[in-house]
Amino acid sequence: MATIEMSNMKKRYPNGADVIRDVSLSIAEGEFMVLVGPSGCGKTTLLRMIAGLEDITGGDLMIGDRRVNDVSPKDRDIAMVFQNYALYPHMSVRDNIGFALKLRKTDDGEIKRKVEEAAELLGLTPYLDTKPRQLSGGQRQRVAMGRAIVREPSVFLMDEPLSNLDAKLRVKMRSEILKIQRRLGVATVYVTHDQTEAMTMGDRVAVLSKGDILQCDTPQNLYDHPVDQFVASFIGSPSINMYSAQLSEGAKFLNIGGESVELTDVAHISHPSLASYANSRITVGIRPEDLELVDKGTPNSITATVELVEALGSELLVHFNTDAKAVVVEGVKDEEETILEASGAGVARIEPRASVKAGDIIGLRPNPAVMHFFDVNTELAIY
Amino acid sequence: MRVARVGWRRYLNGVNFGVVVVILFVMLPIYWLVISSLKQPAALGATPPQFFPNPLSLTNYRDAFSTYGFGVYFRNSVVVTIATTILVLFFGSLAGYGLGRLPMRGKSTILITLLIISLFPGIAVVPPLYLLERTVGILNSYQALIIPYTAFNLPFAIWILRNYFQGIPKEMEETGRIDGASPWRIYWSIVMPQALPGLFTAGVFTFTAAWTEFLMALTFNNSNSFRTIPVGIALFGTPFNIPYGTIFAASVVAVIPIGILVFVFRKSVVSGLTSGSVKG
Repeated sequence: MATIEMSNMKKRYPNGADVIRDVSLSIAEGEFMVLVGPSGCGKTTLLRMIAGLEDITGGDLMIGDRRVNDVSPKDRDIAMVFQNYALYPHMSVRDNIGFALKLRKTDDGEIKRKVEEAAELLGLTPYLDTKPRQLSGGQRQRVAMGRAIVREPSVFLMDEPLSNLDAKLRVKMRSEILKIQRRLGVATVYVTHDQTEAMTMGDRVAVLSKGDILQCDTPQNLYDHPVDQFVASFIGSPSINMYSAQLSEGAKFLNIGGESVELTDVAHISHPSLASYANSRITVGIRPEDLELVDKGTPNSITATVELVEALGSELLVHFNTDAKAVVVEGVKDEEETILEASGAGVARIEPRASVKAGDIIGLRPNPAVMHFFDVNTELAIY
Repeated sequence: MRVARVGWRRYLNGVNFGVVVVILFVMLPIYWLVISSLKQPAALGATPPQFFPNPLSLTNYRDAFSTYGFGVYFRNSVVVTIATTILVLFFGSLAGYGLGRLPMRGKSTILITLLIISLFPGIAVVPPLYLLERTVGILNSYQALIIPYTAFNLPFAIWILRNYFQGIPKEMEETGRIDGASPWRIYWSIVMPQALPGLFTAGVFTFTAAWTEFLMALTFNNSNSFRTIPVGIALFGTPFNIPYGTIFAASVVAVIPIGILVFVFRKSVVSGLTSGSVKG
């Protein structure tokens, strides 16, 4: 068991591309740290740098109290689970799990005992003598886990280990991985592009974009206090509604499109710097659950046309359109996702039995206490 | 309405008919080769042709080995072919691995050069090679054939093996590295077992090419004790007497090893040739 300490880590490819710009992060003993970000943000590269599969071109990496920048992967005392599991197809499950031990010249009885113990933990006992190709996706995933845990490493590294599984199994394996990790108490770095996975699994989540960590915090803090527009729109599903807005009468009112919403004292108490943006343009972010369904024309509400209603049973997701100008944060979503959205589109999460249908004109009243405000130039949050 | 065909009639259709025709087209010469080798000299040119030799005779086989020294040719071919195959697989797999995996400059130049070499017409290189081998003094020896065979079969083997290595996920090697395997161990325990079909494919092709090569074998080794099967068979007899029966018998013996090889490795060979196109 060990801590991981990254200070000013950098990765520059020979062609001059900076994939990791300047990353500092410490991971405590037994902590489950998730690295999340859109594809190409450098999260996998960072993980591979910790593993020793990529050179570190600047900064320091400490595992425990040892600087491991130039230590070869096998001597870093880590275990890694890959997205495609990388099981050896010509070896049985038993040999796959025991391979690392065999390389270390552990004696046969010991290997057998450890492999069987791991298999027991993962429910793989009946499959020990089968080949990987005879296993289902979930079982293969568990073999990959088994291969990692049998070595009793001081750090686990996981690179999107669940992305090859179907949705249902993924949810199940999430909790299984967490349980095992809790039981073994080994510091874990887990890479994913799926923010739901990040939020549900991480003790802390580090959001990466373009080779930098934008914010690293507990899932709830990320959600409640994003440092900038990117984090705000990356975390949360459905994602936050962001509109271009104008403060008026100092910072008393917020004009979103043609509507005006009064910013009550709560908003000013929680966001004292808002006063310095008096009468200027800002970006406002409203989480889908922070919109309340009211009659149209209700004071402090935004008028919206319902485009689509998704009934999820426990809640309704109302997709609407307004005359406000939506702010799209670059790089958060795939192009395909954004292309269909109208310029003032948004989503509200409301109680399940409200009578709303497509085509209705409704009022949506944002809760000023939990609104997010961003500087239009720096895109940083205003607190 | 179509009437469902039952029993053997189910198999009566155009596709199956076509398959039968093709099989006959391919198999008939081989059948003719085998039965002719079992005929007595008089029955060979008989009219009408005998489709079932009567009486059966092994005289031709006996003659091939005792009178014409076929055993020597066979042994020479075995030595040359096996040595060539081993060398090609050894160097080919190392080069293929390097070209498929390791970061290096000018990969595509190397690959295209290899392709060009393998397309060289044999007749164009035989004279200079002859002079070269004469100068070095290795004419009339096994290495006179093993060296050029290895050189000319390597490009194809490298191509096949390179494609095969590229099809093996990189993560397998990386897992090996993290698990503490040495580069040699990774190559041997993780990469090679998965590249076996590619090795078999390259091996079978090399074996066949070396086993049937004629031009170099004829030119470089004119001493009878180093002649290989194709040359040996071609030189059977005298200008006045061509022992067809014996030639047929020797040919049958010559075909057997290749037949066995292809039969044993047929699955691997097919998967080796299609790797990259269907492997996910």
